[in-house]
Amino acid sequence: MAAAPTEAWVALSAALFAIGAIGVLTRRSAILVFLSVELMLNAANLALVAFSRQWASAGTAVAMSGQTVVFIVLAVAAAEVAVGLGILVAIFRDRVSTDVDNLSEVRL
Amino acid sequence: MSDLAAWLVLAPALALLGALINGLFGRSLKEPLPGILATVLAGATFVLSLIAFVALQGRDHAVVDVMLWPYLQAGGFDLSLGMRIDALSVLMMLIITGVGSLIHLYSIGYMHGDAGHARYFSLMNLFLAAMSVLVLADSFVLMFVGWEGVGVCSMLLIGFWYQTKTNADAGRKAFIVNRIGDVGFLLAMFLTAATFGTLSIAEANQAAVTSPFGSATLALIGILFLVGAAGKSAQLPLQVWLPDAMAGPTPVSALIHAATMVTAGVYLIARTAPLYAMTPLASAAVAWVGAATALIAAYAAFAQTDVKKILAYSTISQLGYMFVAVGVGAYWVAIFHVFTHAFFKALLFLACGSVIHALDGEQDIRRMGGLGARMKVTGATALIATLAIAGVPLLSGFFSKDAILAHAFTSVHLDGYGRYGLYGVLLLTAAMTAFYMFRWYYRIFAGESRMDAKTAAKVHESPAVMTVPLAVLALFAVLAGYLGLPEFAFPNWIAQWLQPATLGGLTTVPFEHPALWIEWSLILASVVAAGVGLALGWWIYAVRNGAVFTGLAEGPLARLSRAGAGFDAAYRAIVVGAAEGSAGGVSVLDRDLVDRGLLGLGSTATILGRLAARLQNGFVRAYALAMLAGVTVLVLVVAWLGVRT
Repeated sequence: MAAAPTEAWVALSAALFAIGAIGVLTRRSAILVFLSVELMLNAANLALVAFSRQWASAGTAVAMSGQTVVFIVLAVAAAEVAVGLGILVAIFRDRVSTDVDNLSEVRL
Repeated sequence: MSDLAAWLVLAPALALLGALINGLFGRSLKEPLPGILATVLAGATFVLSLIAFVALQGRDHAVVDVMLWPYLQAGGFDLSLGMRIDALSVLMMLIITGVGSLIHLYSIGYMHGDAGHARYFSLMNLFLAAMSVLVLADSFVLMFVGWEGVGVCSMLLIGFWYQTKTNADAGRKAFIVNRIGDVGFLLAMFLTAATFGTLSIAEANQAAVTSPFGSATLALIGILFLVGAAGKSAQLPLQVWLPDAMAGPTPVSALIHAATMVTAGVYLIARTAPLYAMTPLASAAVAWVGAATALIAAYAAFAQTDVKKILAYSTISQLGYMFVAVGVGAYWVAIFHVFTHAFFKALLFLACGSVIHALDGEQDIRRMGGLGARMKVTGATALIATLAIAGVPLLSGFFSKDAILAHAFTSVHLDGYGRYGLYGVLLLTAAMTAFYMFRWYYRIFAGESRMDAKTAAKVHESPAVMTVPLAVLALFAVLAGYLGLPEFAFPNWIAQWLQPATLGGLTTVPFEHPALWIEWSLILASVVAAGVGLALGWWIYAVRNGAVFTGLAEGPLARLSRAGAGFDAAYRAIVVGAAEGSAGGVSVLDRDLVDRGLLGLGSTATILGRLAARLQNGFVRAYALAMLAGVTVLVLVVAWLGVRT
């Protein structure tokens, strides 16, 4: 199977990122907002991997750095999920809802 | 300290110790304790003074200088703080601590049951400490420390019953008027330092006598010191604070505003005697300020109805006598009058306090009378003091007052500055003094009682703790004068004692030595003046029962006298009015310009802040949208810039 060109991967990444962004903006449930954020993160990861592969085929010294960054992103995302879900659980316990629009107590 | 006299430097420390103990722990001490502690420490300072006095006897030109510590050393200027124990300062210390101890003792009775008695005794001890520093200081700087210290104590004790606003106001008034005089003192110090390059009193005196006689600089220094002295000693035109100072407890009036603090101005001029001996102009200013004050204050005493205010004006008047004495160059005479005056005036005030105590705070002379029969000790001692201040022969006031009159008459120093005028004014004042003091005594202690029955029933002689000091002071009011008998015919101890200390052998002030019959005539004139004053008082108050004054009592002359010759009203109109006017202007400026400007800045920031706060609407998805928009814009900008390069 012939490898898809980098442009296709980047286009897919952009599409995933846009979907994620729209999800963040439109969904009211904090869990779904979270999910959308994960989607955006992974869209970025996909772009990184695609560019990394292109550089590798060009034979430059920085060939694998893109993939390395992906691991860092995954690790940070995992940590963020742990903390974020913890906060979410706490909020849910407090008000039996995870609607982000209701979280406005600190507004002036 | 091998020299016994040098131990006197501990006196301020002892008094300060008493002030600290009573000030810090007085609240937890039971009632008579603070008074006893303060009295014992005051007595200890008196013992130190006595030791120093005895130790100095028989020494030729006795001076003991004690260097305490170096203070200012800058370039060629060297100032050490030290104390000078000599004939003059020891005599002043004897007066201050002697009369002071008696008044402390008296206060135990007078302040009995007052909630603030510990505070009272703490302040009294603090006053003794400050006054000792003032008197013992060997430099103008240290003297100024004491000078301000007694001013603070005076303010705090005048306003002792500060819950009444007029008392607190009187305290502030005394302090502010004194501050005006202090400006003169400070300027005189600056000029002394600039002219002589020293602030040590002894060195300044030495430098003064080598300056050209009568130079303008010397005159200016002298007049500036006079301003300071006039503030502290309640001389024209700064005398207005002393009558109001009577708001304080009566023993305070006796100690601070009669016997000791108010004589600080006289002491200052006597201490700088060589300087004044070199400048007849400044001396004449001192003498004429004193004479004018003596006359005007005696006049103001005529129509007062408050027992203490009569004595206050009398004090101002007697201080005027002392100023004339230092003005004409008779420095020892001035201190002699300080000495005798301390006894009879303290006695008058304490007798007054005894009466006020017996009448439950009544101070109006119109509601007294006939008390002599009910308060035998107070009445008898008050009579002695009255006769002494009136100048009745053979009592102490007679000798010192007569010495002042005689020296004014024979002064060569003030030749050309109206010395006979000075003499005339003082002779008239002597008659006036005898008159108003007779009125004071007769209205309180003799004649018919004008008290209401309730008060009259409670009248009692004061306890022994109060009458013993009265008796001791009465003894001195009789005997103190014999230390300074007229020089021309009798031995005069006090002149011999003080002469070297005041002029310090640096210079002399000449006096005429008129024929013996003139000397005797001067004495006769003093006796006649006192006699006329007393006789007039007797006729008006005892024979006619004050009826002569029914027409005069509400006339303009009486009103002017009652208003203290109108100084307060004039100051209110001119000085206070101008100050209030300009303060009002400044306050408008402050409110409308400064305050509004700053408040405007603040409210502008608040408005901007509220606008910015609208952005935080609590709608999380809106934040996300704003973030996305921002990032998009950023990316576009970067992309566009990237294309351009």
